[in-house]
Amino acid sequence: MAEILFYILASITLGTAFLTILSRNPIHSAIYLVICFFSIAGHYLLLNAQFLAIVHIIVYSGAIMILMLFTIMLMNLNKEDESHKSVASKIAATIAFCLVGIVLLAGLLKTKPVVESYFHSGEDFQSIKVLGQVLLNEYMVPFEFASVLLLVAMIGAVLISKKDKQKEA
Amino acid sequence: METILKEIGVETYLYLSALLFSIGVFGILLRRNAIIMFMSIEIMLNAVNLMLVAFSTFHQDASGQVFVFFSMAVAAAEVAVGLAILVSIFRNHGSIDIDNLKNLKG
Amino acid sequence: METGLVLLLLLAPFVGFLTNIFLGKQLGKNASGYLGTLAVIVSFIVTTMFFLQVSETKQPITVHLFDWIALDQFSVNFDILLDQLSLLWLMFVTGIGSLIHIYSISYMHDDENMHKFFGYLNLFIFFMITLVVGSNLLIMFIGWEGVGLCSYLLIGFWYKNQEYNDAAKKAFIMNRIGDLGFLVGIFIIGYVFNSLDFMTIKQAVIAGEASANLALLGVATLCLFIGAAGKSAQIPLYTWLPDAMAGPTPVSALIHAATMVTAGIFMITRLNFLFDLTPTVQDIIAVVGAVTSLVAASIGLVQNDIKKVLAYSTVSQLGLMFLALGLGAYEIAVFHVITHAFFKACLFLGSGSVIHALHGEQDMRRMGGLKGVMKITFFTFLIATLAISGIPPFAGFFSKDEILMVAFHENKALWVIAAIASIMTAFYMFRLLYLTFFKEFRGTEEQKHHLHESPALITFPLIVLGILSAVGGALSLPGNSWLNHYLQPIFAHKAHAEHHLDTTAYMLMGIAVVGALIGIGMAFSKYIKKGEVPVEDAQITGFAKTLYNKYYVDETYMAVIVKPIYALAKFSRDYIETGLSNVVFGFGNVTEELSMQGKKLQNGNIGFYLFAFVFGLCSVVFYLFFLR
Repeated sequence: MAEILFYILASITLGTAFLTILSRNPIHSAIYLVICFFSIAGHYLLLNAQFLAIVHIIVYSGAIMILMLFTIMLMNLNKEDESHKSVASKIAATIAFCLVGIVLLAGLLKTKPVVESYFHSGEDFQSIKVLGQVLLNEYMVPFEFASVLLLVAMIGAVLISKKDKQKEA
Repeated sequence: METILKEIGVETYLYLSALLFSIGVFGILLRRNAIIMFMSIEIMLNAVNLMLVAFSTFHQDASGQVFVFFSMAVAAAEVAVGLAILVSIFRNHGSIDIDNLKNLKG
Repeated sequence: METGLVLLLLLAPFVGFLTNIFLGKQLGKNASGYLGTLAVIVSFIVTTMFFLQVSETKQPITVHLFDWIALDQFSVNFDILLDQLSLLWLMFVTGIGSLIHIYSISYMHDDENMHKFFGYLNLFIFFMITLVVGSNLLIMFIGWEGVGLCSYLLIGFWYKNQEYNDAAKKAFIMNRIGDLGFLVGIFIIGYVFNSLDFMTIKQAVIAGEASANLALLGVATLCLFIGAAGKSAQIPLYTWLPDAMAGPTPVSALIHAATMVTAGIFMITRLNFLFDLTPTVQDIIAVVGAVTSLVAASIGLVQNDIKKVLAYSTVSQLGLMFLALGLGAYEIAVFHVITHAFFKACLFLGSGSVIHALHGEQDMRRMGGLKGVMKITFFTFLIATLAISGIPPFAGFFSKDEILMVAFHENKALWVIAAIASIMTAFYMFRLLYLTFFKEFRGTEEQKHHLHESPALITFPLIVLGILSAVGGALSLPGNSWLNHYLQPIFAHKAHAEHHLDTTAYMLMGIAVVGALIGIGMAFSKYIKKGEVPVEDAQITGFAKTLYNKYYVDETYMAVIVKPIYALAKFSRDYIETGLSNVVFGFGNVTEELSMQGKKLQNGNIGFYLFAFVFGLCSVVFYLFFLR
């Protein structure tokens, strides 16, 4: 049952990812990407990481993709106006894709896992309660840094996209 | 659902995320629209996240998932700033085709 | 109490310097001048107190200010030593310094940089005091360098004139040569005695510890003498002093006549116990002094610039002092330093007064007849001239006569040289006097119209110095010398045996006076009776031309030392440096060419960068997993 579910989700993930990068219209790309993210959330659920799945949907599908869609609309990019790249660069991109894929797969094939086989102890390690404890005990300092990072990013984004008044005057 | 890794093994997740990562790389190299390139970057980030979660479950350790949280925070920040930069580039150049951005030419 | 007073003595001029330099513009000219003068007068008053105390108790005062350099085996303290010698020197440094400050208030009043002038003068006094009161060679060296710096600043005070700047540089560089000698001397002494403190060295010498290192000490004293020759303008380093007359006249009076140039004599007197150990060096000093005295006097015979004559006269008198030092008659040298300070300062200030009245004219051929207009200047100038010529009972007679007497007893040849120099001195000084003050005025009508006696601020120092020039000889009357008794504790040996007033002494005195009178008479017949005026530069011929051009010493130095150095420098620049820079530029060019090629990689195409990036990533992974 889970195995079938996994293969369905995996094919959706890979297929929409391909469609994202291949479709001409950026709006379509964005929508395929949303589907892709949902399928990844499904993978998280399969791995029993419910909280992470929810957060993933909220952050990626909710926040990031909406932001991208807004940007696309703001720039009026829904037309298929992207000029074509040369054939040579397309071939190069394909070759690079194959190369990366092969190298990564081969590399992963060659690795030997530290734990030989999966062993389920039944210990609770991914409920929200445990995650919160780990996050605020072990990873307290990086957590605070992450909040500072987000604040700085917010200020930076506002400053960058603010219209330069002197320039307009 | 806790037995998924028993059924298909952690390796399958590795192959999936490797393929997803390669697709991201492909997108970056293939497209010239900066927004699509951003999306490709998100795909790559998600590939890595997926692998982290898979290993987190495999090793029964919460740290992997905590890493994913941080990675999401960084991704959110990156997207916010990146899109702001794209908007201002669009304002100045009238397009976000990266072939037009050659100010780094030595 | 003593520490406070010593600090006041030392720092009053320094505070004056700081105030004048940083606040002088805001203070205004008068305030700046009076402040600078006040600072020196304060030092003078403190000096007088100490002087009276030490004359009374005959105990030197040592004040420990702070530990300066403290090493394991070797230490130098910043101590102040106020003994008979340093206090005597301080008396006339601060005393004459005060007078010249007063003089400068009026003399420099029209200069826009008056505050700077007083700042530098104060700084000079500060360094001069440091030089004199230091209890070891290193502190003396600080003062030594400091007065050199002030001398440089003040010679080039009118820095808009390039010639003056050159003169300042010349003085500085010449002094540097001497200073190197001084420094080497200090090093050797530090090595031999393991101390730089005067008292310690003196004890060591008295205890006979130095006898093992006599040869080394000879080198040390010779080096010290080179230092003294640089500072006190002896052959071969004397040429800077006449050029130093580029500075304002008060500077010439204070630094280049009365105080700084006597630093060399001070140093040798201070270290007399060392020089006594090395008779060969003493002989060298005596010969150099005598020859300098003669050469400078002969050049002075034909100079036409009023200050140049005085400058050569100074060199000549310094030569006499070195003669005395070389003969071991330190107290006589000191005596001549003091009397010379009186009358030479008076002469310089008098010439300054004349120049002031003539609005900057320094050529004696354009002067004359000033006797009637500038009565005070003339009268004081006359006294000082009589003093320097050695006419009794003025101050110069006593000191010069003693030097001649010592020379007569030690070495007849030196005596002859010194006597000839004295006759020349009398001649050129009276030539100066006659040309400047007698006969009719030879300047322009306009100058004649403006002729005036200088204001009281100028004449007051002149009168004081004139009086001192007249009666200064009382310090050391033959047969009953106050100075010799006063200075006795300074010297390691029994002071030079006082010459009894026997027949020889009276005879020598008679010869000296007659010689001086002959010189005066020659000047009188040439410039008063015949009424001659020195011819213009172009018409000077024969030996006079050689003299007028100062034996071409400057030109010789130019040809023998400066030109080869220039040639060497040019060679270094044209061949060595070019070769080196070709190598260096070669590296630069190769790098630049490589980077021009490498630049092409940076084509600005983001897609290309990404390809490179991905390719690199693949290579790394490939290497890690498959090749290792």
